[in-house]
Amino acid sequence: MVPVLVVWLALCLSGTWAVDRSNFKTCDQSSFCKRQRALKPGESPYRALLETMELTNTRLTLQLINDNNKVRLLLELYRLQGNMTRVKINELKPLKPRYEVPDVLVREPPTEPLSVLSQDENGVVLSLGVESQRVIVSAQPFRLDIVEGHNVLMSLNSRGLLAFEHLRMRKDTQAEPEAENKEEADTAHQAETTKEEEEKVEEGMWEETFKSHSDSKPNGPSAVSLDFSLPGVEHVYGIPEHADTLRLKTTDNGDPYRLYNLDVFQYELYNPMALYGAVPVMLAHNTQRTTGIFWLNAAETWVDISSNTAGKTVFGKMLDYVQGSSETPQTDVRWISESGIIDVFIMLGPTPKDIFSQYASLTGTQSFPPLSSLGYHQCRWNYNDQEDVRSVDAGFDEHDIPYDFIWLDIEHTDGKRYFTWDPHKFASPKDMLQGLKDKKRNMVAIVDPHIKVDSNYKIHNEIRSRGFYVKNKDGGDYEGWCWPGNAGYPDFTQPDMRAWWASMFSYDQYEGSMDNLYTWNDMNEPSVFNGPEVTMHKDAVHGSWEHRDVHNLYGLYVHRATMEGLIQRSGGVERPFVLTRAFFAGSQRYGAVWTGDNAAEWDHLKISIPMCLSLGLVGISFCGADVGGFFKSPSPELLVRWYQTGAYQPFFRAHAHLDTPRREPWLFGPENTALIREVIRQRYTFLPYWYQLFYHAYRTGEPVMRALWVEYPQDPATFAVDDEFLIGRDLLVHPVTEEGARGVTAFLPGKEEVWFDIHTFQKHNGAQNLYIPVTMSSIPVFQRGGSIIPRKLRVRRSSACMEHDPYTLFVALNTRRTAEGELYIDDGHTFNFDNKEFIHRRLFFSNNVLSSVNVAPEAQFTTKSWIERVVILGASKPRKVTLITAGKLKTAEAPVFRLDFDFDASVSVLTIRKPSMNAGEDWSMALQ
Amino acid sequence: MFWYLLLLWGGISAVEVQRPRGVPLSKRPFYEENKPFTCLDGSRTIPFDRINDDYCDCQDGSDEPGTAACPNGNFHCTNAGFRPTFIPSSHVNDGICDCCDATDEYNSGAECQNTCRELWRKEKESMQKLAEIAKEGFLLKQQLIQEAKRGLEEKQTKLGEVQNSKKDLETNVEALRTAKEAAEQPEKEAKERHLKAWEEQNAAIRMEKDKVRMAEVFIELDADGDGFVSVAELLSHSEMDPDSSDGSFTEAEAQELLGGVDKVNTAAFETIWSKIREKYVSESNTDGPAPVETPQEEVREPVSDNDSEPYPDDDIPEEEDEDEDEDEDEDMDDGDYKSPPVTRTDEKKDDSEEGAMPPYDQETQNLIDAAQKARNEFEEAERALREVDDQIRNLEKEISFDFGPSSEFAYLYSQCYELTTGEYVYRLCPFNRVSQKPKYGGSETNLGTWGKWAGPEGNVYSVMKYEQGTGCWQGPNRSTTVKLTCGKETVVTSTSEPSRCEYLMEFTSPAVCQEAPDLEVSDIHEEL
Repeated sequence: MVPVLVVWLALCLSGTWAVDRSNFKTCDQSSFCKRQRALKPGESPYRALLETMELTNTRLTLQLINDNNKVRLLLELYRLQGNMTRVKINELKPLKPRYEVPDVLVREPPTEPLSVLSQDENGVVLSLGVESQRVIVSAQPFRLDIVEGHNVLMSLNSRGLLAFEHLRMRKDTQAEPEAENKEEADTAHQAETTKEEEEKVEEGMWEETFKSHSDSKPNGPSAVSLDFSLPGVEHVYGIPEHADTLRLKTTDNGDPYRLYNLDVFQYELYNPMALYGAVPVMLAHNTQRTTGIFWLNAAETWVDISSNTAGKTVFGKMLDYVQGSSETPQTDVRWISESGIIDVFIMLGPTPKDIFSQYASLTGTQSFPPLSSLGYHQCRWNYNDQEDVRSVDAGFDEHDIPYDFIWLDIEHTDGKRYFTWDPHKFASPKDMLQGLKDKKRNMVAIVDPHIKVDSNYKIHNEIRSRGFYVKNKDGGDYEGWCWPGNAGYPDFTQPDMRAWWASMFSYDQYEGSMDNLYTWNDMNEPSVFNGPEVTMHKDAVHGSWEHRDVHNLYGLYVHRATMEGLIQRSGGVERPFVLTRAFFAGSQRYGAVWTGDNAAEWDHLKISIPMCLSLGLVGISFCGADVGGFFKSPSPELLVRWYQTGAYQPFFRAHAHLDTPRREPWLFGPENTALIREVIRQRYTFLPYWYQLFYHAYRTGEPVMRALWVEYPQDPATFAVDDEFLIGRDLLVHPVTEEGARGVTAFLPGKEEVWFDIHTFQKHNGAQNLYIPVTMSSIPVFQRGGSIIPRKLRVRRSSACMEHDPYTLFVALNTRRTAEGELYIDDGHTFNFDNKEFIHRRLFFSNNVLSSVNVAPEAQFTTKSWIERVVILGASKPRKVTLITAGKLKTAEAPVFRLDFDFDASVSVLTIRKPSMNAGEDWSMALQ
Repeated sequence: MFWYLLLLWGGISAVEVQRPRGVPLSKRPFYEENKPFTCLDGSRTIPFDRINDDYCDCQDGSDEPGTAACPNGNFHCTNAGFRPTFIPSSHVNDGICDCCDATDEYNSGAECQNTCRELWRKEKESMQKLAEIAKEGFLLKQQLIQEAKRGLEEKQTKLGEVQNSKKDLETNVEALRTAKEAAEQPEKEAKERHLKAWEEQNAAIRMEKDKVRMAEVFIELDADGDGFVSVAELLSHSEMDPDSSDGSFTEAEAQELLGGVDKVNTAAFETIWSKIREKYVSESNTDGPAPVETPQEEVREPVSDNDSEPYPDDDIPEEEDEDEDEDEDEDMDDGDYKSPPVTRTDEKKDDSEEGAMPPYDQETQNLIDAAQKARNEFEEAERALREVDDQIRNLEKEISFDFGPSSEFAYLYSQCYELTTGEYVYRLCPFNRVSQKPKYGGSETNLGTWGKWAGPEGNVYSVMKYEQGTGCWQGPNRSTTVKLTCGKETVVTSTSEPSRCEYLMEFTSPAVCQEAPDLEVSDIHEEL
């Protein structure tokens, strides 16, 4: 126990409430980053050997040579369907294969033919087919330019930072740093490379240490790097996960943004340090176009961003403009990875939504979650025992607050042995689960990937006997310290390991589990308390690869195997729900993520917005932050504000550290209880809208929680907004995130738009900064004029209890007095929607007629839900309202019902009473 | 219209009173059949057929008592055979059985059983049990109150007694103090006399010894035995160089030492003896294995407390001071009563040949013994007075302690109750502290010391709060809330830690029992 205690204390005592930066590497402390960053822009030593060019129907290949060391690389260029270009660079003849990331792309991306437009000794021009898009391959120095007409959209290696550390034999086999004497022998024996610049053996190439940890680096240096220039671009986004603003900052005066999945204890805000997950996707945007760069590499990666306009004041920019002396704004980015190959997908947009669909075509879309998982989640480390669970569950009913999931953290297990239950505290888990099921509620129990080394533990014995553990550099099972003490780490990169893991979730294997028990994967960076940077040693071994190569993928594989387990246990019928902390490109396919161990501080509440927006941009829609803050204890004001914010974010879960006082919603006095109850109930009224948006995210890859610029791509005022956000395109949310706020100023986007306050129905024009006075009950949320949002106003104990309840349609008219929306209904929990068992209707209002038409006539589903009310915002008073329903539309003598209505002239709101048609049928309603 | 729900007339028992679903009997007059209905908040009036038509017309939800249409409505479960109750409208037809008469799930497909009679039976049983406990407990409580009352009286009596005895004790202490002081004066004088005599005697001895030594030294110095110590003879003793720092002992210096003459005889030597006494190193010592032998250079170093040489180093005297302070402290501590007193250790060291102070003469010793006796008696009396003070303080504390309205909790005072769980032994010592000790070894943790009664208003004595226990890492000090419930026995029934370092203990005691309520619980009805 001593070592774990020491590590734990070291972790805990390091700085009271801030990350201990010394536990994590800076670029200078990561030898490849230091080495690569030392290279400055200049003429590239690489030359394209045009004579080696081969063009087939699907790809172009040609060799590149580094004139300094004569090492040859192979460039592969693909034109992909959907306006994308793929650039792959690998060594022509590597000493041994280099890692190419598997399992992230949903398929080998389909290609389209490339054609040569022109060619001479200086280069080749290829057509990308679309419009006037071309790729120019320049031979010396080697660079790639993607152009459209006369505009350069993106240049690769234009700054000459392409660097490819080729694999080599170790020259200093005695591990002596001075091996210069052998240099001669080496060069002599490589006849071809007599002029080769002497390869300097730098410190850190063959071994490096960080704190007390040594990385044996048996393969030596293997880093890759490439620069991208983005003319006309001043705004870049993405590359989560960082606790930073939505708009990425330039990194000239500090470290690059780092992508290396790490369990960072008490992370700091507004800096480029690595966090739990990594998605190497960057979006670049200006008023003309959105483009994207997907750098498919799972090793430790650093991203440098610089800009020629960074640091210029608005006045300076204006002066440039007036004087006409302005150089085109340009952003330059540079990617550096420790190993693997260069495999880049250049997504050419041109719209943000094109980027989402392009990226989705590569890595897939957000999994369509069960409806219940969009409800409220009550979590804490830890609910102590079954009685505790029962009483918290009862508390929700007593205070008439809905919730769908209660969560159990690590203490529920028998000694941190996952898949088991503490025999005293959770002696009869099925009784507990049945109790929840009787209320149509669910539970999540944690299953982490570190496995207690204990010969009395079935899971451990099986993994060990099947050889499924990650190995250390010496070939033994890799072991590290985590919650259970000494633990092994299953090698989730192995398909048979994943299959076995998935099988552990079957009801007969996972004792005490039931169909309303779901799973949470924490610590899957992986977190190793006594490892370098609290993670696994890079020279640990996964089959034929080093941990170095696969690190950022580990969490994705854990998530995937768990999700597959939940699907399989139901025979492929039920949709899974799995929350993960670590993630990579493609993790959206497996479930939800959260922003890890945040703190009960106002700034952490604020940062939840850009953190989830950034994830949304790269396909991961199901995102949330711990409501209330994990570490520390929130003031009641902060807690209420956090509920109000979290209720309008995709994954809505309250969570708290073991050492904090209890904070169930009713523990802060009747006033705060009422405030929290109100906002959770608001969430439930919007569940039909959330569900429909997730269906869309599943279909298209469009984010559910959206940055404003995604919907208003031509309005630069939206480009850096990250204190408010859109849900879909129809709800605008500006949460109150300031302590003691008396008001907030929300930006209402869109010159043509009008926005309706969802609480007061007051109408506001778009393209303005609106000051909104607030009280503790205020949550500034606006519905876009021109939209129709279906809601269920009968809030019940849980989402499942509301299944058959009727809808209220909120029709917000725009200036043209039209509106449209959708209604999506299915069973809420199975994959049957994939077999066309759903209702998908388009609702539209124009010429004073509101209609519902079927947009999926081939689909079949029936619902008991009906339309109980239609609320039209921005309406004028009709003389009468009539309804024609189902089937009868076709018959000449269709009976026409007159409907009752109320009109509130003060806010121009028309409420149509009880039209009562079934939500799945065709109908039409006329205001006359 | 299809979704229009017919009004269903409530009640399942034989005696039916017709009223809209979900309306309690008391509100029936507001729902008059076929007459326009005014929302109970008076906000509007609607046709009667809009009551329970599954659409919310009234802001207060009063038009939909029997459906889930209004977000803020309530549904009345008649629960014939059990206790009627209201449930939130959101629980109507949500597929979960809430009313024991199953009336809330009339259109959800949920298969609810009427469990009212069963519930009533169970509740009756448990109420009876509780009532029995309460009854017996209440009797016990009366005894406790009587005992407490008696205890209180006893304590008050005791307090009175003790307070009286305190007065005597105080007088006694004063008398003994005077006696002690009276006995100490002659003791002090006698001891001083004794000491003085001894010191005088010592001085005489020292002088005699010095003379002897002087003669010895003279003979040693007078190397040629001519009866004179000459400059030359003196020069052979370089240690006597008055300014030793220059390292040379000159003739002039030697002459000066001899008082300006070339040689001195025995008589004249007497006048210079005092100048050389301290420096002189006997020849027999210089090469003999004398225990005090030190190289000449180091002789200067302070070797004993009362070395007359000035200290060359600033630091040492400081240390010395401290040492002396300590010495003095010790002297004060143990000097008084020791007989015979031990002289200061340094003196003793220096004058070891002189030996210890001789015992007191009988007269002095008698005085000392008498004074010691007076001191002992005085202290004894003082101690007794302190004890009485403590006793009074404790009694007053106990008497003034809030042991409940009738002191019924007094019996818990200075008791402890334990509960053993899987890992720990919990110990509650009411009005004192709560602690936790690992079952299998390990030290005890304080979970809080007595803070206050902390029950809700009107029932303050139902909860005890123990605060300021051992601190938690990065957290609050441990604290414990003790919930008291009526029971015949006084036992800790459970402990838990709902929040880190905030403990909850359940404790039963007859002292919490209330007068047993009349059985046949009033709000349970068998029939409408």
